[in-house]
Amino acid sequence: MAVDAQTIEKLAELARIAISEETIDEVSSRLGDVLQLVDQLQAVNTDGVEPMAHPLDEVQVLRKDAVTEPNRREAFLALAPQSEAGLYLVPKVID
Amino acid sequence: MHQLTIAEIIRGLRDKQFSSVELTSHYLERIQQLDSQFNSFITVTSEQALKEAATADARLAQGDAPALCGVPVAHKDIFCTNGVRTSCGSKMLDNFVPPYDATVIHNFQQAGAISLGKTNMDEFAMGSSNETSYYGAVKNPWDVERIPGGSSGGSAAAVAALLAPGATATDTGGSIRQPAAMTGTTGLKPTYGRVSRWGMIAFASSLDQGGPITRTAEDAALMLSIMASPDAKDSTCLDRPVQDYTAQLNDAIAGLKIGVPSEYFGEGLDSEVGARVQDALKEYEKLGAELVEISLPHSKLAVPAYYVIAPAEASANLSRFDGVRYGYRCENPADLRDLYMRSRGEGFGEEVKRRILVGSYALSAGYYDAYYNKAQQVRRLIKQDFVDAFDKVDVIMGPTAPNPAFKLGEKNADPVAMYLEDIYTIATNLAGLPGMSIPCGFAHGLPVGLQIIGNYLDEARMLNVAHQFQQASDWHQQTAPAAE
Amino acid sequence: MEWEVVIGLEVHVQLATQSKIFSGASTAFGADPNTQACAVDLAMPGTLPVPNEEAFRFAVMFGLAMNAEIGKRSVFERKNYFYPDLPKGYQTTQLEQPIVGEGQIEIHLEDGSSKTVRLHHAHLEEDAGKSLHEDFHGMSGIDLNRAGTPLIEIVSEPDMRSAAEAVAYLKKIHSIVTYLGISDGDMSQGSLRCDANVSVRLKGEEELGTRTEIKNLNSFRFIEKAIKVEAQRQIDLIEDGGRVVQETRLYDADKNETRSMRSKEVANDYRYFPCPDLLPVVLSDEYIEQVRGDLPELPDAKCARFEKEYGLSAYDADQLTQERLTANYFEQVAAKSGEAKLAANWVMGEVAALLNREEKSIEQSPVNAEHLAGLIARIKDGTISSKIAKQVFEAMANGDGDADAVIEAKGLKQVSDTGAIEKLVDDVIAASSAQVENYRNADPDKRPKMMGFFVGQIMKASKGQANPQMINKILKEKLDALL
Repeated sequence: MAVDAQTIEKLAELARIAISEETIDEVSSRLGDVLQLVDQLQAVNTDGVEPMAHPLDEVQVLRKDAVTEPNRREAFLALAPQSEAGLYLVPKVID
Repeated sequence: MHQLTIAEIIRGLRDKQFSSVELTSHYLERIQQLDSQFNSFITVTSEQALKEAATADARLAQGDAPALCGVPVAHKDIFCTNGVRTSCGSKMLDNFVPPYDATVIHNFQQAGAISLGKTNMDEFAMGSSNETSYYGAVKNPWDVERIPGGSSGGSAAAVAALLAPGATATDTGGSIRQPAAMTGTTGLKPTYGRVSRWGMIAFASSLDQGGPITRTAEDAALMLSIMASPDAKDSTCLDRPVQDYTAQLNDAIAGLKIGVPSEYFGEGLDSEVGARVQDALKEYEKLGAELVEISLPHSKLAVPAYYVIAPAEASANLSRFDGVRYGYRCENPADLRDLYMRSRGEGFGEEVKRRILVGSYALSAGYYDAYYNKAQQVRRLIKQDFVDAFDKVDVIMGPTAPNPAFKLGEKNADPVAMYLEDIYTIATNLAGLPGMSIPCGFAHGLPVGLQIIGNYLDEARMLNVAHQFQQASDWHQQTAPAAE
Repeated sequence: MEWEVVIGLEVHVQLATQSKIFSGASTAFGADPNTQACAVDLAMPGTLPVPNEEAFRFAVMFGLAMNAEIGKRSVFERKNYFYPDLPKGYQTTQLEQPIVGEGQIEIHLEDGSSKTVRLHHAHLEEDAGKSLHEDFHGMSGIDLNRAGTPLIEIVSEPDMRSAAEAVAYLKKIHSIVTYLGISDGDMSQGSLRCDANVSVRLKGEEELGTRTEIKNLNSFRFIEKAIKVEAQRQIDLIEDGGRVVQETRLYDADKNETRSMRSKEVANDYRYFPCPDLLPVVLSDEYIEQVRGDLPELPDAKCARFEKEYGLSAYDADQLTQERLTANYFEQVAAKSGEAKLAANWVMGEVAALLNREEKSIEQSPVNAEHLAGLIARIKDGTISSKIAKQVFEAMANGDGDADAVIEAKGLKQVSDTGAIEKLVDDVIAASSAQVENYRNADPDKRPKMMGFFVGQIMKASKGQANPQMINKILKEKLDALL
């Protein structure tokens, strides 16, 4: 069960991952294998079962509203592929 | 000296049998001489380690030595280390030097431990063979033609090859226990939320959990006591006091009820592996434990549910790697879209890309209910199986993995076959339960792991049960020939 | 054909917390780029979110003020999309289980009528950073200081039927959040932003037309204009046989037109799912009741009280209570002067005009409440006429001190001394023999009217300071004496 190339392209676009023409067939067939594996789930009756997003039924502890983080711009910007004037640079953003 | 356990090292340092500097230099030399065969380290921090060791010796001399003062350990390269490259086994982070420490790293520093370096791993912890690392496959010290298991293959191999007495690791679907089984080491995945995830690069947030890989249960207890802590920086970290995991180690286990799930001994289990596990169960009977046949009816659904939930969470967790603020950026992007597509296309390896695509698919419009939501429902059924079982038994035992270590490259062409190597370990991650793997013999001349699954926050009992077995057996003391 | 415009608003309000919604970085406005973006805000590997207690308290305050259900169990979800101002590649927001559920508010329209607008829900989420469009040799700069600032997104039902109603609704939201003190409501700094969903349909039509979404409207004026021009565009389109396409549009204030935002049109599939780094937030009834107990007086309650306590008209009371600080200013003036009616007229009249002229807000008013109260007191005790009072007010606005100082310095005190006024009257009568002659010969019932001329002359001679009532009285006596 392979996934059609169109679906792969849509997923690649959503995930912003370039997939070369050469590899697209392999990707689609392997993706198909994985989907076949997970399709076993469809057979299970889960009527009325509450989905479980967390293994433990804990609730959130909230943080006090206080400024605890100092300015570490230089340390962080040093990691950036491209920066200038304290800003991260990217190809032109158009909207 | 490299034969010493962490417990012995602690005593040796305090009794001045050797200094931390001597010990640390010894391990650094071994890594330098031997690791080319195993490739278990990505980064070795010799200078820093020796500096830390000197400081530790001073503190030992002054007699104000914290728990692990002067004890060398290695850290999986998924834990952020301030000033030391943290790659997560990926080209994407090959140049990433975090300006902050993971809570786990911080805890070891507070305890006075020495960091030897960062261990190799499957890229972003996605793999069961440690073959997806950008830094090359890790080799199993018991047979360098074979895989050490994954994703914490570097940590497991380093401990098995006696290049470190203990190492940190992480487990999302078996990534501590399965490599421990493959390398004849002891690995423990704690209850979800027991160890902080702050600074531990996320694969699947609701499944990831850090833990130790060591040579003995006692050492695992010593390391877990340091790793485990409440942490206000991690919303999912449990705000409960940490037990003294060594306190109950020597308690007798007569009357212990061991649940044996029939589903863990069915088709797909290598017969010799099965036999070794049965031997171990008999040994437990000798120690006064009672075997109780149990059923975990939804077991076979763990792998399918996992391969929806984990990729779904990963698909979002890995979106931050976009070539904008840190990490890999492609050469001269034509425009913004090109920057994203190529930086991620070139920076991630095949398995990581595959899982991101699967996760995107499972969450995308029209498939959410059929995949993601369904998997989360099945997850609850799987958890309920365990909850019911623990009404009847104290611990659950079975094989850690269906087969011993396989050959490098053997399963690369077939991701699904690879995924099935975690068939016995994945369910505990979905349920959030603690699990261990301890050595219980050999199959086809390769180590076999016995899996012990404990109840929620019952790590101390799990460790006691493992320790008692290791008092009665010497499988954990066997060392890989290549380690000599 | 008669068309009906249907409008629903999505209002984003920045909450006035000290720190971000998921990190301890400061939310202060106007800092140097990326100096308030910490490891969490930058989505550094391994970092994790921890929600801000105050953001939840503010959201609950808002929900209670909107008479809405409070989500006792709310859940954060991830909304996945790639954009340089969104460091994690997803926005942490709420979808299935928001903190505020259905509610409703009254809005008040110019014509004095009011209307109920239903709230669909309001949820907590994180703001994004900013892409700076000035050119860095062909590239854009990203500032992530704003990333992680807490927002509540307030989603109305499509209940509004005109641009005016939309503005009235937005003003009501603005007034509620500023009364509650949960936001500074400063639209120029983006603290309150609005997207408008606009569609048109023939009057009487049940079904909604295809809507377009106008993004990032950040002033009341633009919202009104944008909705008007977009509604007209849709009507023209349909009447010319075209069809409205569902899309996101941008309002261009210079051209006063909306245009399609094509860049946002790439088919989005946000792949929402519960954020596994965060746990459900559970609020107890006790907590919610405690927040309710701490709520300040809200616009509607204050408006009702003003009508009752100060005997103001519904319209005046509403005008005075739209902004909390204006209401406070009025109450101070009313209390100090003891003349609520006069206070209301002055605050809505001269004071409003002055602030308008000088583009100032009430807290920056050149005439403070104390000075205005002093002025009103002088009108009340007859020291000055309301006509003179306007001069005094202007002088106070120019910083010439309080009312008494101005009256003293400029000698504006009203003349009520009989001798002085009799002299003024005698002088004018003496100087106007012709008019006196006409008065005497005039038909008695014409005479009162003819007195106007003399009064005017006398006022002029007194530079407006003579007491009008006394002038009338004395003048009449003296003229009638001549009959």
